[in-house]
Amino acid sequence: MIFKKLTMLAAAAAFAGVSGAAWAYPDKPINYIIPFNPGGESDISARLQSPYFNKVTGQDVVIQYQAGAGGAQAWSVLNDQPGDGYTIMGTNLPHIVLQPLLQDPGYETDDLTNVYMFHFTPDALIVRADSEFETVQDVIDAASEAPGALTAGGSATNSANHIANQLFANETGAQLTYIPYTGTGASIPGLLGGEVEMLWGYTTVAAGQGDEVRMLAVAQEERHPLFPDVPTFKELGIDMVGGAYRGIAVPESTPEDIRQQLSDIIGEINADPEFIAQMEEAGFAMLDVPYDEMDAFMEERKRVYGEIAEQLNDE
Amino acid sequence: MDIDFGFVLSQAFSPFNLFLALIGVVLGTVIGALPGLSATMAIAVLVPFTFTMDPASGLIMLGAIYTGAIYGGAYAAILVNTPGTPSAIATTFDGFPMAKGGNGDLAMTLASLASVTGGVVGAILLMTLSPMLAQIALAFHSSEYFWLAILGLTLVASLSSGNVLKGLIGGAFGLTLSMIGVAVIGGDTRYTFNTTALLGGIDIVSALIGLYCIPVLIDMVARPDRHLEPAPLGRGFRLFEAIGICAKNGFNLIRSSIIGTLVGILPGAGGSIASLVSYSEARRASRHPERFGKGEPAGLLATESANNATVGGGFIPTLVLGIPGTPPDAVILGALLVQGIRIGPELFTQQSGIVYVFMFGLLIATLLMLPMGLLIGRYAYRFIVNTPKGLLVPLIAFMTVVGSFAIHANPHDVVVMVSMGLLGWLLGLAGYGPSPIVLGLVLGQIAEQGFMRAYMIGGARGDFAGQLLFNRPISWGIVALIVITLAVPIFRHFRANGKAKEVRP
Repeated sequence: MIFKKLTMLAAAAAFAGVSGAAWAYPDKPINYIIPFNPGGESDISARLQSPYFNKVTGQDVVIQYQAGAGGAQAWSVLNDQPGDGYTIMGTNLPHIVLQPLLQDPGYETDDLTNVYMFHFTPDALIVRADSEFETVQDVIDAASEAPGALTAGGSATNSANHIANQLFANETGAQLTYIPYTGTGASIPGLLGGEVEMLWGYTTVAAGQGDEVRMLAVAQEERHPLFPDVPTFKELGIDMVGGAYRGIAVPESTPEDIRQQLSDIIGEINADPEFIAQMEEAGFAMLDVPYDEMDAFMEERKRVYGEIAEQLNDE
Repeated sequence: MDIDFGFVLSQAFSPFNLFLALIGVVLGTVIGALPGLSATMAIAVLVPFTFTMDPASGLIMLGAIYTGAIYGGAYAAILVNTPGTPSAIATTFDGFPMAKGGNGDLAMTLASLASVTGGVVGAILLMTLSPMLAQIALAFHSSEYFWLAILGLTLVASLSSGNVLKGLIGGAFGLTLSMIGVAVIGGDTRYTFNTTALLGGIDIVSALIGLYCIPVLIDMVARPDRHLEPAPLGRGFRLFEAIGICAKNGFNLIRSSIIGTLVGILPGAGGSIASLVSYSEARRASRHPERFGKGEPAGLLATESANNATVGGGFIPTLVLGIPGTPPDAVILGALLVQGIRIGPELFTQQSGIVYVFMFGLLIATLLMLPMGLLIGRYAYRFIVNTPKGLLVPLIAFMTVVGSFAIHANPHDVVVMVSMGLLGWLLGLAGYGPSPIVLGLVLGQIAEQGFMRAYMIGGARGDFAGQLLFNRPISWGIVALIVITLAVPIFRHFRANGKAKEVRP
């Protein structure tokens, strides 16, 4: 399969050479590397993007998977790829900030050249539909009576969910015991089956599970269009906005003009009303951080995650 | 919910969908037979093509590829002792000895019959009892996964009959290998020797290919005799002989298929545990447990029926709860989402038409697997038997490299494959088999994570023992099975010794 792709790309490259379309970017299919296994949220959002990529540029993206070490395997070799704009890679926050802070994953956060952050899955505190907890305040009250006795599941250690749990504790003083599962998918049976009392998940989880679960609050600036009745943490006086962010990065050798063009293309996809509708229906929240605003955005995120990482390390 | 079965059947049996099921099964079988190329990958690559079809047709094709790939894993397991997928690990135990003993053709036919039986049982349970069975996925907590993995590990004892100590050392080595990399729980970096390459741990599939296939390749080069004995001319499929064996093993087949379906429902388990547990159960129930591991058809039937039953089983939580039962299910679920179909509990009630067309399609694809499997299997068998070693060895060696690279498109996995292969060969010379190591590697992570979560949740609630065992009735049942599995051979041993003493004058 890999070979099929390679020959396809080679054929496309040869064709492009003959036709001699010199400056129009892109003039052949683009390799879009997802550093996770197929079936996850990074994969789903890339697949949702791909038809619009064709709509905007007339070229296809070829989605490939290079999973390993929570994404680190792919990110650590991104800069070895050719910087011609035809290799792009998905990047995820907080992963690309936390991994270099907590271990040596073979890359530094600043090694990755992000050109656009296009959406995030907002953190959400989720309980079973039949749970005794009706509001976030119920959880805070119960947790202050018996600190650490309530369990909250989530995906992996030192992840967006783990950070959300720590942020929540910092903001409210409510101590929940965080229980890591192998992924978001694996944590859902833990909640539905009653192994844990609640879940640090995302709006996408609640979108998939429908009436089986109840979201107590979401970590967005404004309420999610799919869940108009669910308050934001901010409304409740808890300063939590964030989740798992997804963006696109290029090898550092990629020229400035191509970085900018790529950023423009993804911005145009992100502005397509049909695309927005599909993303929000699945529970994603849109985000627009183009190339020229990336440095400021990353600095802000690094500051937030840096503080939390110290706390997680001390645990 | 009202289901128009006339509509469902006309859809499922439409020529186009039948064609897709056929193509899917053939494609899946070939992909599954090539070590390293997995069902997950095949489905991920083909998902974009299904976007042009209507959802039911796309689902049928993906389901057919999936079930074909699980079945195809048996080919490499039987013919070259290499599990093409983790689901086929236990198939090597008796499949390869059968092929070595000149019964490769019979083994291939038995694998086809068993896979179809398991697939049909899984699909029928999916169609009839889904909503009820889906609750099993929720009833299993972390402690049950821990005990289930321990039950799988008890196989180390029976696999290493003759030298249990070496088996235990191998198993412990495998457990150590499973700890390499960043721990899911706790996030600690373990045994990576400060290399980034080991952060992701040892990939199970590349270890499988290395540990099982490389020693066979070295053996093929080192010995002058043929790889497999050729079948006498005109022996055919040995279909009636195989059906006879299946009839004698009817209870074994049904038991293994049900175990396969039930384990398939568990999102944290999968085909490897399903086939290992049903192999272990078949061995325990057999009147000739000593024949297992030496080419016993009952062992092959148990593993192959169980792993194909996980396909139907895995779709149960996927379709009912929106929780993928296996990695390929996760990809299919993602494809549904992109097509705009709301997954989760609503799928069964609001889009039941599509779901039922798909389930019939899966059943049809499973049945098509019998004629197609017999044909492809026969061709594969003849190819492996008749190709001269000089051609076969480089070809298989090439496939091991391509296969291990293809897992993550990462050359590091090839290095792991070759290193594990050389290690496996050296250990083999010293009398350590690959299977205990592989069991430790595959089951170690499941056991560790299950135990750690039970420990953390128990800690939060101040009742660790209750969380791990005492308040968990399902755990009692699994622990009872573990005790029986470990105690029966000891009991038999003492009884046999007792008899031997009585006979003595």
